Amino acid sequence: MPGERIILLGVNHKTTPVEVREKMAISGGYEQPLAELKRIEGVRECYLLSTCNRVELLLVAEPGEQLIDNILAFLFGDRVQREKCLEYLYIYYDRDAVHHLFMVSASLDSMIVGEAQILGQLKEAYRHAAKLNCTGTLLNRLLHKAFSVAKRVRTETAIGSSAVSISYAAVQLAKKIFGNLKDKKVLLIGAGEMAELAAEHLVGQGVAEVVVANRTLARGVELAKRFHGRAVSFDELLGQLEQVDIIISSTGSPTIILRQADVRPVMRARRNRPLFFIDIAVPRDLDPDLNDMENVYLYDIDDLSSVVDMNRSEREREAVKAARIVDEMTLSFQRWMDGMSVTPTILALRRKADGICRSELEKTLPRLAALSGEEKQAIEVMLSAITAKMLHDPLVYLKSESCGGRDTSEAKINALRTIFGLGEDES
Amino acid sequence: MSEISYLLFQSVLLVTFLAAAAYCVFFVGQKNKIRDVARVLLVSSGILQTLYIVSRYFLLGHAPITSQHETLVVFAWATSWAYLSFRWRYTVKNFGMFVSLLILLLLVLSALVSREVSELVPALQSWWLPVHAGVSLLGYGFLSLAFCGGLMYLLQERELKNKRFGYFFVRLPSLDALDQLNSHCLTTGFVFLTLGIVSGSLWARQAWGTYWQWDPKETWSLITWFIYLIQIHQRFTVGWRGKRAAVMAIFGFAAVAFTLWGVTYLLGGVHSYAR
Repeated sequence: MPGERIILLGVNHKTTPVEVREKMAISGGYEQPLAELKRIEGVRECYLLSTCNRVELLLVAEPGEQLIDNILAFLFGDRVQREKCLEYLYIYYDRDAVHHLFMVSASLDSMIVGEAQILGQLKEAYRHAAKLNCTGTLLNRLLHKAFSVAKRVRTETAIGSSAVSISYAAVQLAKKIFGNLKDKKVLLIGAGEMAELAAEHLVGQGVAEVVVANRTLARGVELAKRFHGRAVSFDELLGQLEQVDIIISSTGSPTIILRQADVRPVMRARRNRPLFFIDIAVPRDLDPDLNDMENVYLYDIDDLSSVVDMNRSEREREAVKAARIVDEMTLSFQRWMDGMSVTPTILALRRKADGICRSELEKTLPRLAALSGEEKQAIEVMLSAITAKMLHDPLVYLKSESCGGRDTSEAKINALRTIFGLGEDES
Repeated sequence: MSEISYLLFQSVLLVTFLAAAAYCVFFVGQKNKIRDVARVLLVSSGILQTLYIVSRYFLLGHAPITSQHETLVVFAWATSWAYLSFRWRYTVKNFGMFVSLLILLLLVLSALVSREVSELVPALQSWWLPVHAGVSLLGYGFLSLAFCGGLMYLLQERELKNKRFGYFFVRLPSLDALDQLNSHCLTTGFVFLTLGIVSGSLWARQAWGTYWQWDPKETWSLITWFIYLIQIHQRFTVGWRGKRAAVMAIFGFAAVAFTLWGVTYLLGGVHSYAR
């Protein structure tokens, strides 16, 4: 529709504190909020994304005070003051909206840049919007482009390859030492949360076995069960060292629990197969001198942090490349929209047809009380199929212009508008 | 023939240089397309080296493995094909760059020494010559792979131990992969080395009437052989691996190099036919 624009409104972790975000978190699925959104006057296409870090709306609508007020009411209800809301909310139009959406889908706007989750969330949100017929020509195209931006960024840059977390760093190092982790065994000394997380990552890489040594055996058994491993007592520690390859230590012990002198005979028994110690306890559990032994690698929490930092800076470099892809794709979408100068006419035509259908349905359906809901829906579907087919040829006629000269396009638009009585006030 | 031979050698140099350059570019940029190009170039280089050796055979009328130039070329050839045969079974990330640089070095050295065609000394006129020298050099080829693997191991191990992750950390393979490479190449190289010594000894019996005469080259071969024997023995018994194995592989290669050139230039003896 002439005057209609792509509008993106939202709040995210950067602009809005969590106290506000949790007040508006759209819980209980997408259906109800989407239906509400659709009812707002002037909104023709809509789409809603809600994650723990962001709530974003994408609309095709005619912008105006009234619309913004309605949206604010929809987002915040009366729980937050209007002025405050405007402070948190960002609103982008057309090109900027497209750019922002692409930044989000490329995971460049995420809290952890490059994390892969956001794409799944976008797709999920789009599935709901499409199911409820909230999206139309423009948003369908735009969102599919957003997915291909994400795909390009993923394949053409290494942005997703170096995740930034301590446990990921541990896995990364283990891989550089052992290559394949498939036949390796992990020993957890102490059952802290961090150790658990790291073990989970390692299990995700397919390690053969997890052994848990804890002071209180009961907790050890419990944790071991989670990983289908076994629990051993603290006294068996040295014996276990001969079997395992990766040791994650996180006890609350104030003193060092493993010294170089303890490990030296173990290495002989292991025939020098490498040992990888990860000490995430503070104060440290493991003798720093362990690292001086051949085929023994010891990393404490600070060392792991430096790996994380390295990964982070690697990501920033890749993010620059990714941003270029986003710019490129925004430009090409912009071009597509420009090329669709005939779009307003198409949209007007469609809207007119839809309007007629709806009003006729409203007249007819109440008189057909005997019909079940399903049958009514079938009639609606039939009606829209008829109009779509009726409009097909005029639309093809219109669109064929875009490859020819602009001048004839203008003439054809006028012709169509006259024939279908699409009033001047709408153009 | 000599012209063809000359052209072949120049193209070997060029193609090997391009292969090494492509591997270096791949090492920096990690773009898979460039690696594929580098592989094709290295295989071409291997084929050209073979052709060059064949052309040299026709030029000389005997196995081209006596002069310093020929030895270097055959050494490079053995290293190339040892790598390609190894590569066919195992993948070791960025191994190609190190190996191709070594091959290039050998070929450049061979270009610097005299390429003159010399008459074969009567003592060498035997079919033992290609067998003995060829097998020995093939062994050296595999041992030089172990040398490259050892260098890579030391670089990677240093990054892991010092916890300062620079250029090599992401680009070099895992320590385990490098250690396995060391083990495989040493074992294969050792078998060829042994065959080389045995064949040499049989030839000596035929030519000089005695199996062993403590000529400097023989002595040094034996020393090299023992260095590798100890290494392999220790790995199988007490599990020598990792850094120690890598250092030993480098040390062993130094012994190989000395046996091949040092002895000829410094110590002389019955093996020093050509300079």
